[in-house]
Amino acid sequence: MTEPVPEALLDVTVTVNDVPRHARVPARRLLSDFLRHDLGLTGTHVGCEHGVCGACTVLVDGAPARSCLMFAVTAQAHRVTTVEGLGTVEAMGPVQRAFTECHGLQCGFCTPGFVTTVSAWLEDHPDPTADEAREAISGNLCRCTGYQNIVRSVLRAAELRAEGVVPGGVVDAAPNRPVGGDGS
Amino acid sequence: MLAEVGHDGGAKVLAGGQSLIPILNMRLASPRHLVDVNGVAGLDELEVTADGVRVGALVRHARLEHDEDVYAASPLLRRVVRHVAHPVIRNRGTTVGSIAHADPAAEMPAVLALTGGSVEVASARGTREIPWHDFFVGPLETALEADELAVAVRFPLLGATTGTAFAERARRHGDYALAGVAAAVAVEDGVVGSARLSFVSVTEVPTVLDVTEAVRGAEAEAVDWTVVDDLVRDHLAPEDDIHATAAYRAMLATRLAQLTLSDAVTDSLAAQGHSAA
Repeated sequence: MTEPVPEALLDVTVTVNDVPRHARVPARRLLSDFLRHDLGLTGTHVGCEHGVCGACTVLVDGAPARSCLMFAVTAQAHRVTTVEGLGTVEAMGPVQRAFTECHGLQCGFCTPGFVTTVSAWLEDHPDPTADEAREAISGNLCRCTGYQNIVRSVLRAAELRAEGVVPGGVVDAAPNRPVGGDGS
Repeated sequence: MLAEVGHDGGAKVLAGGQSLIPILNMRLASPRHLVDVNGVAGLDELEVTADGVRVGALVRHARLEHDEDVYAASPLLRRVVRHVAHPVIRNRGTTVGSIAHADPAAEMPAVLALTGGSVEVASARGTREIPWHDFFVGPLETALEADELAVAVRFPLLGATTGTAFAERARRHGDYALAGVAAAVAVEDGVVGSARLSFVSVTEVPTVLDVTEAVRGAEAEAVDWTVVDDLVRDHLAPEDDIHATAAYRAMLATRLAQLTLSDAVTDSLAAQGHSAA
């Protein structure tokens, strides 16, 4: 065994949900822990911590990525969007509303990862089939629902988007839009 | 930087981190230093040249997958990279990183082998290019020295008469494959000119099996590909694990070899028919 290296603290600033957020953290701080512990954004959930379950998925420059497989220091050059940035309880985004309407969650632990993944995916696939929807969520694990209602939620979210329902704003909303529920 | 910290044996290069960070999170490795190359200029270049596709160390799998110029030059790359984990992982993970990680269960090393590719390497001492067969030393082990960085890989083009195919089988979509096979078959005037295979999850390091001798001159659309079964079986070194027995993996790889060889013929004929039209 090598001796542990003394832990240096770094000033890290990451743009989260369009707001620059700062904390002084060890270089090894995972983005997922940075969001939850340092910024108090507990909407991002941490399941397996090795990239398999998908619960911690956030959007990095609009594209889904596992926040448990990225260091906070690496995220500094990027825009991070968490589930809190996709809508609020009062003004849910189309994907959040669809999951609510279609009972797309039970315990809710995996839901933030589904909402971020699906929000980005619908940008490129606005009119999906059920098979495509199932493929889109294949990197996210849910142990409650059996996925049936999640697939329905994805299709319903596509309908809501087509109807112009974007109350919470989606990925590339204007930088000056209000950010809901940042947890602090 | 790697020259400074590489030599105490505890430095790892971090690019996409989709293999490295899980290993760190599970405490399977504790390198003293991580060198994050994400900010290094020039490593994100993706070029299609007359003789191949050059992929820089910061090119994410997703970019390789969606690049139309790459697809036009080498459709095999898109066909295979789509099998690398899930889209979300491909958004971060890099093709060069996957090759430098040298996991026998990874897809892109098998493509580097099948295309006869190479790895461009740089250090404070200079640069060198390592052919694929010298690069892969063992499972998770490459010819990279501690102070060296893999800056790019080159996938040579296979020629207009060569068709390609890839297939793998996993327990669940996106899982590590139980077995995977990439095939390249050259068809000239309707007969087989050459046929080669490379493998995922059933050899210790990427290897190429040339089965040309068994099928050369055969009418391409009428080949009985079971003639390569014994060659394939003798070539493989599958292992038992919780997911499948060695015998099952061998059977699967043999079947996938038949399938991909046949598909590669179809691909070649389609490409030639298309270019003639």
